[in-house]
Amino acid sequence: MKPSALILQARGTNRDLDVAEALTLAGAEPVFAPLNELRAGKKRFSDYQLLILPGGFSYADALGAGKLLALDLNSYFAEEIAAFVAAGKPVIGICNGFQALVKSGILPGSTGKVEDGKSLVTLTFNEQGHFECRWVNLAPISQKCLWTQALDENILCPIAHGEGNFQANSELRITALTLSDQIALTYVLPDGAPARGDYPANPNGSALDIAGICNPAGNVLGLMPHPENHIHPWQHPRHTRGEIGGSGLALFQNGVQYVLRG
Amino acid sequence: MTIYRFVVSFKYPDPRSAGFLSDARALGFHDLKRLECQDLYFIEGQLSQEEMQQLALKLLSDPVTQEVSSSTFQISGSAAQVVEAAYRPGVTDPVAAEIVRAAHELGFKGVQRAATGLRFLLHWETGEPENWETGQPENRPSSFPVERLAKQLLANNVIQHWALGEIAPSFPEEAASSGEVEIIPLRSLSADELLSVSSTRRAALDLAEMQAIQGYFRSEGRDPTDIEFEMFAQTWSEHCVHKTFKARVEVETYTGKQGDKESDRGTCVPVSLSTIDSLIKTYLKAATDKIAAPWVISAFVDNAGILDFDDEFEISFKAETHNHPSAIEPFGGANTGVGGVIRDILGVSAKPIANTDVLCFGPQNLNPDDLPDGVLHPRRIQSGVVAGVQDYGNKIGIPTVNGAILYDEGYTANPLVFCGCVGIAPKGKHHKNPRLGDRIIVLGGRTGRDGLRGATFSSMTMDAQTGEVSGASVQIGDPITEKGLIDVITRARDLGLYTDITDCGAGGLSSAVGEMTSVSGGDVDLTRVPLKYPGLVPWEIWLSEAQERMVLAVPPQNLPALQKLCDTFATELTDIGAFTADGKIIIRYDGRTVLELDNEFLHEGIPQRQLKAVIPLSSSSVQPVEPENRTTGQPENRTTGQPENPLTEKLLNLLSHPNTASKAATIRIYDHEVQGGTVVKPLTGVEADAPSDATVLKPIGTRGARGIVLSNGINPEYGKRDAYRMAWAVMDEAIRNAVAVGADPDRIAVLDNFCWGDPLRPETLGTLIEACRGCHDAALFYGTPFISGKDSLNNEYIGNDGQRHAIPPTLLISALGIIDDVNTAITMDLKKTGNALYLLGSQQLAVIRDSSVPEVPKTAPAVYRALHQAIQSGLVRSCHDLSEGGLAVAAAEMCIGGRLGLILDESIPAEACFAETNGCLLAEISPAAEAEFKKLFAALPLTKIGHVIAEPVLKIAGEGIPVTDLVQAFTGAGGE
Repeated sequence: MKPSALILQARGTNRDLDVAEALTLAGAEPVFAPLNELRAGKKRFSDYQLLILPGGFSYADALGAGKLLALDLNSYFAEEIAAFVAAGKPVIGICNGFQALVKSGILPGSTGKVEDGKSLVTLTFNEQGHFECRWVNLAPISQKCLWTQALDENILCPIAHGEGNFQANSELRITALTLSDQIALTYVLPDGAPARGDYPANPNGSALDIAGICNPAGNVLGLMPHPENHIHPWQHPRHTRGEIGGSGLALFQNGVQYVLRG
Repeated sequence: MTIYRFVVSFKYPDPRSAGFLSDARALGFHDLKRLECQDLYFIEGQLSQEEMQQLALKLLSDPVTQEVSSSTFQISGSAAQVVEAAYRPGVTDPVAAEIVRAAHELGFKGVQRAATGLRFLLHWETGEPENWETGQPENRPSSFPVERLAKQLLANNVIQHWALGEIAPSFPEEAASSGEVEIIPLRSLSADELLSVSSTRRAALDLAEMQAIQGYFRSEGRDPTDIEFEMFAQTWSEHCVHKTFKARVEVETYTGKQGDKESDRGTCVPVSLSTIDSLIKTYLKAATDKIAAPWVISAFVDNAGILDFDDEFEISFKAETHNHPSAIEPFGGANTGVGGVIRDILGVSAKPIANTDVLCFGPQNLNPDDLPDGVLHPRRIQSGVVAGVQDYGNKIGIPTVNGAILYDEGYTANPLVFCGCVGIAPKGKHHKNPRLGDRIIVLGGRTGRDGLRGATFSSMTMDAQTGEVSGASVQIGDPITEKGLIDVITRARDLGLYTDITDCGAGGLSSAVGEMTSVSGGDVDLTRVPLKYPGLVPWEIWLSEAQERMVLAVPPQNLPALQKLCDTFATELTDIGAFTADGKIIIRYDGRTVLELDNEFLHEGIPQRQLKAVIPLSSSSVQPVEPENRTTGQPENRTTGQPENPLTEKLLNLLSHPNTASKAATIRIYDHEVQGGTVVKPLTGVEADAPSDATVLKPIGTRGARGIVLSNGINPEYGKRDAYRMAWAVMDEAIRNAVAVGADPDRIAVLDNFCWGDPLRPETLGTLIEACRGCHDAALFYGTPFISGKDSLNNEYIGNDGQRHAIPPTLLISALGIIDDVNTAITMDLKKTGNALYLLGSQQLAVIRDSSVPEVPKTAPAVYRALHQAIQSGLVRSCHDLSEGGLAVAAAEMCIGGRLGLILDESIPAEACFAETNGCLLAEISPAAEAEFKKLFAALPLTKIGHVIAEPVLKIAGEGIPVTDLVQAFTGAGGE
């Protein structure tokens, strides 16, 4: 049976169909869940094998991207999500989903439990000062993260955000993330060399070129770029130049395969 | 009740403040040393000290990057000045609404209301002005630069109030709910008095129309209520009923060129008189009817044009303008323009899948001293409009994929903002047949005093006072609420829950419900309409153009299912009345009947406008020309002292000209990838910095490989010279662009958007008629039908000096094409060394500025068909059309795209390199495919003009220009 993936829909979620297509291609069965249905108990997190927080502008990014969705996660679903994470099930937050995971404290996380109110890292305004849509190259780093482990190719996919600049309250905290293998994906140059903070390879000014991080257990991944928008050959920006597309799909296949392996 | 004040500032220099500072410097405030922008929040309610801290920490700030002060700011001895700005009461403020909701979610039940604002700390090079003090701006002289800065950049009076120093928060006034209805004693009025009523109520109705309304009420034996009169003004507005396009026009032809009559050169001799009965019927609909394309499902009748896509789906397309609102409040104007056209697509039950935007502004480097009174600087208009487009499109999750930006002095006081939207829907699910007893259902946002009389406002010429008087016509959008409408309506459609649907646009409920009930009849209770705040009188509720609302006809038994959908997607549903069968529209408020009108008169009773136009003879006889087999050109008028490499210099100048240069800075702040269907992207090539001819989309959820092609044509420069040929040229440009990426030339449909000056001036109407006639003739020539259109007239501005500022005649053609297999799509970047470069179509005489408009060669359709066949057969590696700047610019852009060089045939005369033409493209063909390619063009104009070289240099007419120089000129930064 196909693993079923719960796709959260908040007010303003908009890449839900995009990620559903990626999950379908990767062999999962996507199920959409508006927050109101979850709150009303019509769907339960524990009935699903994967949890997806898609991109979008939940609550119009009012008061900071992902912030009010994070509040919902903590207000209404803290225990259910903590249990889901603790069970080691794959969770992925993309773009706005990543922002919500960070602002709720689920990422970087320490034990998979939601930490209340203590923000140690954040995703703030792009260094360029505005929203930006452009294709970026990502190197999968973490071998602990079930989504990125053993990926042997870099991922080419677009970003589309205004608040994707990953920063921490101290450099030590970022060093700690590195040491615990929680840096899942970094921005790199087309040839794979580190972006070293240089725009546009690092499109937003993120510390250490961080594009995505995982929790200490490696089952929760958050990332700003959109691998779900590069799953078909014709989505590649240079497909008319004979370049082979679809490198975003491997990430989703990793997550689905993890479930299938049991 | 206490009002708490929070100031949130960044711990380090933030990009938003940097943006304001650079904008200020560009506007000439060179003495501004530093600018700090902070967020202001006002919260009304009862909070403990602890709750205030928690609120600041958990809700209002990001503790990693920001700090909050909830104490009163004291102006210290520093040279900082403070300006604070906040929305006026009633302006949509989604953040404020979220604060209240989220505070309650956090358990702070004492929070009652919230408002937001911005706070600017200004540090001047020269210190503070001597007699600096805080206070209300109205009472102070306006000589301080800080006041000019506030007016020109930091705040907009239309939607915000501002102060030097601390500002008082602005909550909507708590007025008592009002059911006040005024009777307008129309029956007894003289002609002059009728016109005076039209003018004071900003109804924009002329005497014949006022007299028709007077006649109706005389026969009814009563005077109208204010809501009845306002409904007439809205229903009969230019915006809603297109009076000019439906008018009966007496046309006088005279000898001479376009503009001669206007300049009264005394050489114009009348030649003939004729009459046109409705421009729409005579030209636009006529073309579509004559072409009778079987794949056109719906043209001109619905909220958007609809085309066949495949066995399962139909696609829809609509483009609107939002010019007047964008002139006075650029962000809100463009924002709600995007929101409005998306609702047009929802109005044909389709899911919106792509946005387009074409923008026309005044020169960005305009000296602020040269601005007409009451006009915002073009730079500010552009940044606001682009931000408005970005905000709505990105947040609602629709990719913004095609567009253009043009600059002309004529747009300084009247910027143009064209917003387009494409939708897709399963076939056979869109209905327009409400039945007796169906409920009239309003979905979405609440109704406020926003956008009153927008339909009539957009039908007027603006003046220096327009901004202040018409402030209520502008609104800020709420894309998240509209996203909820998409979620609910697409599902309700699939479940067959409604029998009719339309959007609330200009004219609000009056227009939407009025239209839906125009055949049968309707009975509405306005008391039920949910309001943002109390105090609205009935006519305001009926006319309000509050955003994000749709009206549905729903059989009573389907209401519970629809309500369930609305609950799931947090969308408000209100039942405001029922469809009847008595041919009347009846409005009740609080048990009283406040409006009762006969539908037939309301919708058919408007007298046809009788207009006069004059047309120059010269444009009347133009026909497509026979192709010429040689490439010729006229020498440019050059000044003495010729530069060493004249062509290089001219080409680099052209590439860096604002109209030609890269628009990447704008394109990249639009999300053009969401929904995952963007196959040919707006920027393309090795470094993704070259301009695509058109966009190709493969809609998510469709089977097979079929895709949609989007392109546009627009050329105000030609509009100034010859409106008839301009229409041909922009039709050709839109079609040519679509074909260049792989669209089937026999499956393209187009939209027309006319933006013109005052049609009551016979010369202006004359050029409009000529443009329509050009559209008609070109549509038949290409077999390309119009499926929808829109006009925005009166794009004029009377300055305080009494001078008339009108836009150039501007026609936007937006094309929607089909490509059978998106995998065959072509981009314009050079692909490989050794490939040959062909010129398709015949390049004609050069056009020099201020001269005539190039004609369309008779072979153009055959060239496009041959090219399409070549693309389908995989023979073409890259393709790019010749447009502004001609062959040289097209070749340069192909080099930029591929980061490869080109060597062009030396026999091409330098003068021909910049010739502006119609019907011409460049195609890159691999040596192996050349023979087969040439066969397809056997009887058509085709010239091999060069080949691709590895050395990154464009070699043209004896000169060599490094591709890095081309990139530098085009992008302004040697890449990005």
